Amino acid sequence: MNRYSLWKYILILFVVIFGGIYALPNIYGKDPSLQVSASRTAEISELTEILVSSALEEAGMQAKAIDINSESLVVRFDNEDIQLKAQDVIKVALGTNYVVALNLAPATPDWLRSLGAEPMFLGLDLRGGVHFLMEVDMVAAVRKAEDRYVSDLRTMLRENKVRYKTIGRQGSGGVLIRFRDEQQKIDGINLIEKDYSELDISDGDSDSGEAQVVVKIVESSIIETQRLALQQNITTLRKRVNELGVAEPVIQQQGLNRVVVQLPGVQDTARAKEILGATATLEFRMADEEHSVQDALDGRIPAGSKLFYGRDGQPVLLEKQVMLTGDYIIDAASGIDQASGSPNVSITLDGKGAKIFSNRTRDEIGKLMGVVFIENKTETVEVDGEFVKKKRVVEEVINTAVIRDQLGKRFQITGLNSTQEARNLALLLRAGALAAPIEIIEERTVGPSLGQDNIDKGFNSVIIGFSLVLIFMLFYYKVFGIAANIALTLNLVLIIALLSLLQATLTLPGIAGIVLTVGMAVDANVLIFQRIREEIKNGNSPQASIHSGYEKAFSTIADANITTLIAALVLFSFGTGPIKGFAVTLSLGIISSMFTAIIVTRGIVNLIYGGKKLQKLHI
Amino acid sequence: MTEKKQPMMFKLMAKRHIAAVFSAVLIITSLGSLFTQGLNLGIDFTGGTLVEVGFSESVELEKVRATLQGTDFNEATVQYFGSAKDVLIRVAPKEGKNSAAISTELLRLLNEIGQKPELRRQEFVGPQVGEELTEEGGLAMLAALAMIMFYVAVRFQLRFSAGAIAALAHDVIIVTGFFSLTQMNFDLTVLAAILAVIGYSLNDTIVVFDRIRENFRRMRKEEPLEVIDISLNQTLSRTFITSLTTLLVLFALFFVGGEIIHSFSAALLVGVIIGTYSSIYIASPVTLALGVSKQDLMPVEKEGSDLPDRP
Repeated sequence: MNRYSLWKYILILFVVIFGGIYALPNIYGKDPSLQVSASRTAEISELTEILVSSALEEAGMQAKAIDINSESLVVRFDNEDIQLKAQDVIKVALGTNYVVALNLAPATPDWLRSLGAEPMFLGLDLRGGVHFLMEVDMVAAVRKAEDRYVSDLRTMLRENKVRYKTIGRQGSGGVLIRFRDEQQKIDGINLIEKDYSELDISDGDSDSGEAQVVVKIVESSIIETQRLALQQNITTLRKRVNELGVAEPVIQQQGLNRVVVQLPGVQDTARAKEILGATATLEFRMADEEHSVQDALDGRIPAGSKLFYGRDGQPVLLEKQVMLTGDYIIDAASGIDQASGSPNVSITLDGKGAKIFSNRTRDEIGKLMGVVFIENKTETVEVDGEFVKKKRVVEEVINTAVIRDQLGKRFQITGLNSTQEARNLALLLRAGALAAPIEIIEERTVGPSLGQDNIDKGFNSVIIGFSLVLIFMLFYYKVFGIAANIALTLNLVLIIALLSLLQATLTLPGIAGIVLTVGMAVDANVLIFQRIREEIKNGNSPQASIHSGYEKAFSTIADANITTLIAALVLFSFGTGPIKGFAVTLSLGIISSMFTAIIVTRGIVNLIYGGKKLQKLHI
Repeated sequence: MTEKKQPMMFKLMAKRHIAAVFSAVLIITSLGSLFTQGLNLGIDFTGGTLVEVGFSESVELEKVRATLQGTDFNEATVQYFGSAKDVLIRVAPKEGKNSAAISTELLRLLNEIGQKPELRRQEFVGPQVGEELTEEGGLAMLAALAMIMFYVAVRFQLRFSAGAIAALAHDVIIVTGFFSLTQMNFDLTVLAAILAVIGYSLNDTIVVFDRIRENFRRMRKEEPLEVIDISLNQTLSRTFITSLTTLLVLFALFFVGGEIIHSFSAALLVGVIIGTYSSIYIASPVTLALGVSKQDLMPVEKEGSDLPDRP
């Protein structure tokens, strides 16, 4: 009686080895290191490695190791002092085409890494850094799409000689087109229906006595627009984060309209926010040279034009129609204009943008074109106890210049104030325009000293709580207590192994979850052991008591753990960030504790007592 | 084999009316406090900015408050966080100021105190996030309760479901009441702790129910009250030992785990104690009061009927 078959022991052995291997990397810790990645045209190669190592040698610095893969080069150091100094050295050696970011690289030995064993990822509360939650303004995304339609429809109607009085976006949504007469209206509707299936056309205000229609984007297309806007924003944010030079950033969609950005190790939030939150774009418009700026200033702005101001405050009259938006820009680099010696930005457009631009500039040679820099700023303010989102759009004409040639794929913008400004503009343009304004709605910064504190405290409480439980179990259940303690230790190792394998992020609430699981994992063993004691009191033989103790406790343990698991799963599906981390560790803990408390302890107990004639149990 | 008597047998259920009064007092106090002074909600729920600053030596809060007096932050809450060197400053959402500006400004002001303070932590939560969290938190609680009720009803019986839910509601109200009475900071981690308490208390209750079900099927002559009393006694030592080991760990968290999870571990400490009590004195009496009987638990397929444990 009470013998385990060999395969069960093999299974236990397998789990022990598995747990040991995947938990092991966490013991080795992390090396301060630099992560070098190529930002654009450059690439990481053997040459980069040679450049880096010779630069370090020249500066008299010693790297612990240099690892290279296709995407990045990781240079490890003995301590943070060398790491910081080496960052400057490598930056100078490699130039601006590379990003050199501070990082903590796991010091896992190669044989472990070849098995896919990596240490747990530490959350921001444990290693320091910045966490942003950003909300994408979906209303603005739709508004922007409508603006584009206004422009497209205007061109289409004009080209097809359909007469209209005005065309523009309505405050309440949709685009209002006022035609000359009913015939023009019918022609217009036919045109729109032919080319734009995603637009829904309805009659405008019938009381006005005018021939007008309201064009709206259909629901499915709006959803698509919003989805694309979010996607584009995520891509854009990723590019910007790369420009910031952060190792292991997290950029994730959360819900329908939110993006989480986590930047470990970044302390300068102000700069991070400036880069991430700015939604700058460029617009190219022809200047209105026929009307006088003075008239516009006096309030008589011509119908097709709009009044802008330059950086120096000078008024400029530009056409309402946008020739090209920043969406088509694929690259931008700052430099110095050879002719004037002033800072400039060279812009490269994608194929589609280049085609549009060259078509539109072909007929405009010799005329004046304005470049408008648009920045969206959103903030939530309190007005009479209500929270209102306020938007401020800053529109500035950064330069007006005569088009000398038909403009195509590459061209330059001049008229910037300083090289710094040229660099910033290039960075923002390169990182792409955000499809819709973004607002930071949550932000958490943890300093590095607090992170270390949290690790120490969390670690200490795990050790102390764990030891107390072990001591108690040993005294209360004796031999069976030893079995339970071995199982409990294996349970802890397994949780760490699973978390490492999932590459889950360990946060402080996550540590609390582990601690709590340790406390509760004992429960299964307590249930079994109490049952065995009861059976003995009822006069059963030791062997029979062990057998029925495990047997009878099983359904109770299953019921109790399944209900707790339900609670953990609900926590996981509703919670965000820290709560999720807690739920993950709790769930893993429940599952692994079922295994260790039932199968492992039984294995040990069977090994000790199985098949022997017993008078008494030490329990 | 002779029938052995339980060595000790507490008449637990006989005191259930006293317990009911005790629980009623706790619940009324909790609800009273919740309605009159409410919870000291953290910025996770209210929105706003929180800045934790570490000084090299201990500072007096009065000094910090005096420094902030007459500035934009004169309504900020200032308190120690863990030690007299760490100061936590909370600022309500402000018009036209972003969090980076607030923390820079605060650090500049605090520099005037003399010692060079270090920014340890800064959090900003927008008002819309806070509102959502409150809503989501409540929703999570309800969803958890509903799913648990369903599971217990399927595995046991609807009367047991009602008993379990009554115990859980009891625990949640009293733990929240505790936070209202002590005005401890109620943040997101406390919400997680309360959900964990639900899991724990339920665990306890299920273990007792499991015994009640088993005994109902075995004991043919005893009244429901007796069956429940016997079951409670049989599981009593297990209930205490598990609570003890969990509490050992929680004390470690509470005293060593640091200030950030102080509220979290306090919520769990109170919750585990209340949860242990409620699994004995709320869950079972409610089930009994609803008239649970043998017929409710007649096995469809009897478990363990072949075991020779009946004389």
